[in-house]
Amino acid sequence: MSNTATTETKPAAPAIEKIKVKVDGRELEVPKLMPDWQGKLVPTTMIQACELAKTDVPHYCYHPKLPVAGNCRMCLVEFGTPALGPDRKPVINPDGTPKIAKSPRPAIACATPISPGMEIYTQTPGVKQMREGVLEFLLINHPLDCPICDQAGECKLQEYSVDYGQSASRFVEPKVHKPKAVDLGPRIVLDDERCILCTRCIRFTKDIAGDDALGIVNRGSYNTLTAYPGKVFDNNYTLNTVDICPVGALTSKDFRFQMRVWFLKETKSICTSCATGCNIIVGSREEKVYRYTPRENDAVNACWMCDHGRLNYKWIGRADRLAEVRRQTSEGRSEKTTWTVALNEIAEKLKKAPHGSVAIVASARQTNEEFWLLKKLADKFGALTDSIGYFGEGDKLLLNVDRTPNRTGARLIGICQANVGIKMMVIADSIKVGKVKTLIVFGEDVTKSSLDAELLGKLDTLIVSDILPNETTKRAHYLLPGCAHVEKRGTFTNIKGRVQKFMKAVEAPGDARPEWEFLHDLVYNVTGQDGFLTIEGLFNEMAKDVPAFNGLTWAGLGDTGVTVPT
Amino acid sequence: MIVNRKPLTLAERLYLPAIVGGFRVTIRHALRSLFGGKTVTMEYPEQKWAVPPDYRGAPYLVKDQDGHTKCVSCQLCEFVCPPKAIKIIPPGPAGELADRPNAEKMPHEFEINFLRCIYCGLCQEVCPEEAIFLLKDYSLTGLSREEMVYGKEKLLALGGVHGGIQKWKHKLEEAKEQENFPVKV
Repeated sequence: MSNTATTETKPAAPAIEKIKVKVDGRELEVPKLMPDWQGKLVPTTMIQACELAKTDVPHYCYHPKLPVAGNCRMCLVEFGTPALGPDRKPVINPDGTPKIAKSPRPAIACATPISPGMEIYTQTPGVKQMREGVLEFLLINHPLDCPICDQAGECKLQEYSVDYGQSASRFVEPKVHKPKAVDLGPRIVLDDERCILCTRCIRFTKDIAGDDALGIVNRGSYNTLTAYPGKVFDNNYTLNTVDICPVGALTSKDFRFQMRVWFLKETKSICTSCATGCNIIVGSREEKVYRYTPRENDAVNACWMCDHGRLNYKWIGRADRLAEVRRQTSEGRSEKTTWTVALNEIAEKLKKAPHGSVAIVASARQTNEEFWLLKKLADKFGALTDSIGYFGEGDKLLLNVDRTPNRTGARLIGICQANVGIKMMVIADSIKVGKVKTLIVFGEDVTKSSLDAELLGKLDTLIVSDILPNETTKRAHYLLPGCAHVEKRGTFTNIKGRVQKFMKAVEAPGDARPEWEFLHDLVYNVTGQDGFLTIEGLFNEMAKDVPAFNGLTWAGLGDTGVTVPT
Repeated sequence: MIVNRKPLTLAERLYLPAIVGGFRVTIRHALRSLFGGKTVTMEYPEQKWAVPPDYRGAPYLVKDQDGHTKCVSCQLCEFVCPPKAIKIIPPGPAGELADRPNAEKMPHEFEINFLRCIYCGLCQEVCPEEAIFLLKDYSLTGLSREEMVYGKEKLLALGGVHGGIQKWKHKLEEAKEQENFPVKV
C-alpha cells in the first residue's frame, strides 16, 4: 500500500488521549474523543467503545453518520465506574484492582460518554431482559407482514426479533392501524404501521440533505411519520432514507416488489453518474441489475449517494445493447464477424497507417486501464486524442457538475486536457483536410459533437466501440461491443483524484467483451508491447508507467481507493 | 468367516422338483385370481390408488374461500426449493394489484418446473401464507419440456380452494374499525 500517493494533507491531528475501559471484562484503550456525525471531535460514547471492542450492541435509532437521538432504547447497557471513597480516592479491592460501583440503572450506549476505568456490560441477563422488553414494546403495533415487506431479509427488527424476540405475542388487544402505502414523494412509499419511530429519516433529511420535510405527528401509539402538510418529500437524497430505515416503513418505489433482497448478489462498485465516484454495492441476480446502494467510504460519500446516480442503472439491461462484433464489407454492407477477424484486420490497417493519420476520441466513462492502453496506441501513431465532457447542475452534498466518472483519469493519463473537448475541433479540421484517415471512437456519439456524419464519411476507417447503438455506431466500419462498468473490472479516478476500483457484477450480453481485454489484444498486435492479461497486472503496469499513479498497486487500492495528486 | 458351499443333493441337481414347485405357486395364484374373487393388481390408468392422507404429491397454488390468490410472492419457496424448480416473477412497482385488498402483492408469474420438482414439500412447509400445498397428484405427464412447466393460472386451477384464517381481511376490518380514532378534526 502506497501511502506516498495520498495527499490528504490535513494538519496532523493533535494526539488524542487514550483512556482505558472494559467491555464485557475485556480491557481496551479507546480515544477519549471520537468524531461525531459531522466529524467534530466529541467525547467517545459507550457504543463507539463497544464497536472498537468488536462487541455488537443492537440499536435502531443510532447511526454513526447522524446526530444522536437516543429514542429507541435498544442499546441499553449496564455499566459501572470506579468507586470513590469518602476521601474522593478510588477504592481498591484486596487484589489491587479498583472497586467498581455498578450503576443502579442502565444507560443508552449511543449517548453516554465513557470515563476512565468504566466497565460496560453488554451480555448480562439484565441487558438481555431489557432488549427483550424494548423489542416486545416495538412489536406491539408492528404488523407481522414480513412476506409482503420489501425490507424482509435486511430488517433490523427481524434480526433482533430472532435474537431477543419471543415466539408469541402477549398482547391481546388489536394493533393500532396507521396509513399504509402513503405516497411521500416521487421515489418513496411510506408504510406507517411498520415505522418504529426511530427518526433516522427525519434527522437525515433535516441535517444531511438540508430539506426539513419529514416529521412525526400525533401522540403515543398514534405517532405517525409524515411529510410536512402540502410538501412533497422530493430532494436528490430521498432514497438514502430507505437505506437507513431499520424497518420496511420507507421503501423505494423503484425497487418496490422487484426482488427479495436475499437473492441479490452484492458486488462492490463505483457509481458512474458523476465525477464524485460514490462507492456503491450493485445488487444483481441472474445477470440482471436490480439496485444500487451506497457503500461506506468516509473519504468520498460517507454512507450516502444521490437519487440521480442510484436510479441510473436501467440502461445496462436494455434490449438494444450492442452484442455483436460487426464490420462493413467493401460493398458497404454491415456484417457480423468475430473478435479475431475484426481485431486482426484493425491491427493490419493500423500498422499501415502513417504517423499522424489516426485520431482517438475516448469517453470519460472509461477506466484508467483503458485510457492507458489507448494512450499506448496514440503514442504509436502520434494520434490526436480527446474526450467529451458532460456537465450538469451540481449540489453541495455529492452530485458533481462533471457528469462523467473518470475525466480526471483521462487527464492524468494524457488522453484529454484540463479543458476537455478542446481538441475536438482540431480533430474535425484534420479529418476535413484529409490528414486524419482513421478515427477510433470509444463510447461516444461523436455526431453530436463537432464530428458530424458528413465528416465521418470522409474517413477511411472508423473504429467504434460502444455499449448502446447511436448515430456513430451506425457508421462504424468496425463495431466492437463493449461493457458497462458492472460487467467488467477496472478503476476510475474521481474529481478529487481518488483512484477506486470496481468489480464485475453481471455478464456482458452476447459477444461483448471488456474494452481493456480487446484493447490489450489490439495494442499487442499493433505495437508488439505486451501488457498483462489480467486487470491486476495491467493496473500495476500502468501505475509504474503513469507518473500520477506511481506506487499504486491493484491490491493496495483496497475497497475504498487511494487519493493521488491531481 | 468362510462358509463352504454344501454339495447339491440329487433332487437339487435334477432341477425338476424346483420347477414343479414353481409351477405350483404360479398355478395357485392364477386360480386364486380367476376364481377366488380377490385381485392383487390394478387396471392402472383407469383405476388409481387411493393415496394416504399425508401423501406428498405435486405442489399447487391454492385460493382462499373468497376465490383470491393466497400467494403474496414472498419467494421463500423459490429460496428453499432444493432443485430450484420454482421461479417467481414479482409484480414490481407497476404490477397488477393483489386480489386481496390488503395483501398489496401477488406474483406476476409463478412457475413450477415439474421435471425438476422432487416432491419434498419444503415449499409447503416454508410458506407463510399457506398458499402452496402438496396435493395428491403423482403422475404428471407431458409431451414436451415446456408443457411440464406449470404457470400460475394452471397451478391455481389445479390447486383449488383451501380456506384459512384470512389474516389480511381481518387486518383490513380491524383498520376500518379504527378509522375514526384518533378523533379527526
